[in-house]
Amino acid sequence: MTTNVVETEQNYLNVSYGVRSWLLTTDHKRIALLYMASITLMFFVGGFMAVLMRLELVTPPGDLVTSATYNKLFTMHGIIMVFFFLIPSIPAVLGNFLLPMMIGAKDLAFPRLNLLSWYVYIVGSVFTFWIVIAGGVDTGWTFYTPFSTSSSNTHVIPMTLGIFTVGFSSILTGLNFIVTTHKMRAPGLTWFRLPLFVWAIYATSIIQVLATPVLAISLVLLAVERAFHVGIFDPKLGGDPLLFQHFFWFYSHPAVYIMILPGMGVVSELIPHLARKKIFGYNFVCFATLGIAFFGFLVWGHHMFVAGESVYAAMTFSILSYLVAVPSAIKVFNWTATLYKGSVSFATPMLYALGFIGLFTIGGLTGLFLAALGIDVHVHDTYFVIAHFHYIMVGGMVMAYFGGIHYWWPKMTGRLYPEGWAKLAALIVFVGFNLTFFPQFILGYMGMPRRYHAYAPEFQVLNVMSSAGASILAVGYLLPLVYLLWSLRYGREAGANPWGVKGLEWQTPSPPPPENFAVTPVVTEEPYNYPSAAPGVPSTLQEAEVV
Amino acid sequence: MSEAVAALEGQFRDLEQQREAASLGMWIFLMTELLLFGALFTAYAVYRFTYPQEFAAASRDLEAGLGAINTAVLICSSLGMALAVYGAQTGGRKRLLFGLALAIVLGTAFMVIKGVEYYHHFEHAEFPGLRFDYARPHAQATQVFFFLYFAMTGVHAIHLTIGIALVCVVLFKAWRRAYSPDYHTPVELSGLYWHFVDIVWIFLFPLLYLIDIHK
Repeated sequence: MTTNVVETEQNYLNVSYGVRSWLLTTDHKRIALLYMASITLMFFVGGFMAVLMRLELVTPPGDLVTSATYNKLFTMHGIIMVFFFLIPSIPAVLGNFLLPMMIGAKDLAFPRLNLLSWYVYIVGSVFTFWIVIAGGVDTGWTFYTPFSTSSSNTHVIPMTLGIFTVGFSSILTGLNFIVTTHKMRAPGLTWFRLPLFVWAIYATSIIQVLATPVLAISLVLLAVERAFHVGIFDPKLGGDPLLFQHFFWFYSHPAVYIMILPGMGVVSELIPHLARKKIFGYNFVCFATLGIAFFGFLVWGHHMFVAGESVYAAMTFSILSYLVAVPSAIKVFNWTATLYKGSVSFATPMLYALGFIGLFTIGGLTGLFLAALGIDVHVHDTYFVIAHFHYIMVGGMVMAYFGGIHYWWPKMTGRLYPEGWAKLAALIVFVGFNLTFFPQFILGYMGMPRRYHAYAPEFQVLNVMSSAGASILAVGYLLPLVYLLWSLRYGREAGANPWGVKGLEWQTPSPPPPENFAVTPVVTEEPYNYPSAAPGVPSTLQEAEVV
Repeated sequence: MSEAVAALEGQFRDLEQQREAASLGMWIFLMTELLLFGALFTAYAVYRFTYPQEFAAASRDLEAGLGAINTAVLICSSLGMALAVYGAQTGGRKRLLFGLALAIVLGTAFMVIKGVEYYHHFEHAEFPGLRFDYARPHAQATQVFFFLYFAMTGVHAIHLTIGIALVCVVLFKAWRRAYSPDYHTPVELSGLYWHFVDIVWIFLFPLLYLIDIHK
């Protein structure tokens, strides 16, 4: 087994130095870190807007910000978090770093295209910063017409161009990942020996490639309608506003799966490896992943139950939406069954994974409420919806992202993070998250509408709870920023395989050499091939680090 | 570079893998493109069902003759592209260069004819956003038709322009003897892209120009 105790050993971090060597790199591992830095910045910018909103909502009257400012806050929060954080989060950071390593390749199929994707992302982000400074957008992240094309007086056109741009980053990344998965696998690595994370990234990439262009062209049509006063969506000029909603959700509902499938992929890695047990029902998880990606394309109309689509369309979309629950539930059952009688380690990544399962289940089940036609009419556009999708996106995807970052941090940096602080942060995130968003289910059910900066006084107690939770959540997110940066300098050396797990990415030094593997590995077994639940398999985690 | 040797990029095991990856990459890119145009075709379908009579009437204002000529021009350009790919595969240098040049010339001719049509629509105040006669009967539906006409043919024209630029680069490199029967992936991939843009037009032509032509 190779180790990296030799100080002078070459790895992707010390192979060259200087700003140029980073800005012109084509190494997928360095590009992953570039993405990580960029999306972290976006995460805190978007988070700051959420903090302002929660502060406003501490008291019933609108006293901190005007309603116009509040409209811009929730719009920019949504746009930044969805397009500039969640969609690139796990694919562009962990996917970029891990996909070639997990399949035993030297790099992605198109390394320069990969760097180009990052630059395209940066162009879109700079656009967004400029728009924030110039005054923002107030249409909601959904850009519904005709408000966005004829009423709003904010910077709609530049914002649509920014999202159009960042969409190409997403498309090119997806294209790169699909080709890499098809053509770059190591000898012996058949499709059904692929780690489940690779399956998840693959399915996500298909959605990115097929759905994103529809949003791109719709936003172009929207921008043209707004700029030249022609009618394609505006009913005054003979257009159909529902068509825009169909186009928007044809992308944006599959995009929800861009925002959850990679998280499921991370959890499908964390659970078997950290429970030292073969995943229960590998094939089922694979096909559930593909099933979610497929059905995800057929359910967009459930966003439009009250928008005026025909009742037959609504019934069809409702039934199809229920169907998505089946593969999702299969996954939850399989993860749980994998844990059963495993040697479960309660290291930080596992805490996030367990948090994911619980919160995703709540988010998923409340999604079924919303897929039901009758209940949706009652809770549509209320905080119930807000709570539901934050349980999926924050409770699911962000938890999985943090779990994945912790689990692979030793591989990415060669350093161990401080386990005690990390566990504390995971706990704070879990508590803060639930305190923030669970009251919103109740608020929504009681009828508090979303997107208002003032509310009726009887909602105050639950809103104060939610805002208090948000402040706790903020601490939970700031802590990892501090201790992970700290660990870069002061963390203990990790060694090649600190978790003592299987998986190709751990069979090479940490940090990995530029070409990932000294010799192209040959794969001879299924993933997660741990001895079947031998009692007393020791949890070989870094006990010394556990405070 | 007199000897045509392909550089093997570091991440690939061999040239075969590199070629297959590039080819698959182009096919997936074309799938993205298909969905991009797919949204426009969907919008077309929706509005044609909403305004069937008005669309038929507005379609008569398009110059079907010029459209037909353009269709022929574009099909012949694809023939040039196919000849070029065949020439690259078999080492037929003249065929390669001639095919590429033919594609560029005919692609440019298409753009010129399209420009003439656009100009006529501008003159007849049928150009939503710039010059449109809202006093005409069924102005709204006609406006939607012409908006879709310009959006669809415009996005197509942008793609064709990119294609012409791409083929110019390939022609320049072919002139410099960069391709051989062993290595000609860029020729094949630009060919795929070219044919895709061609096929999109094959669907655009009847949908836009020929709605009401049989009467």
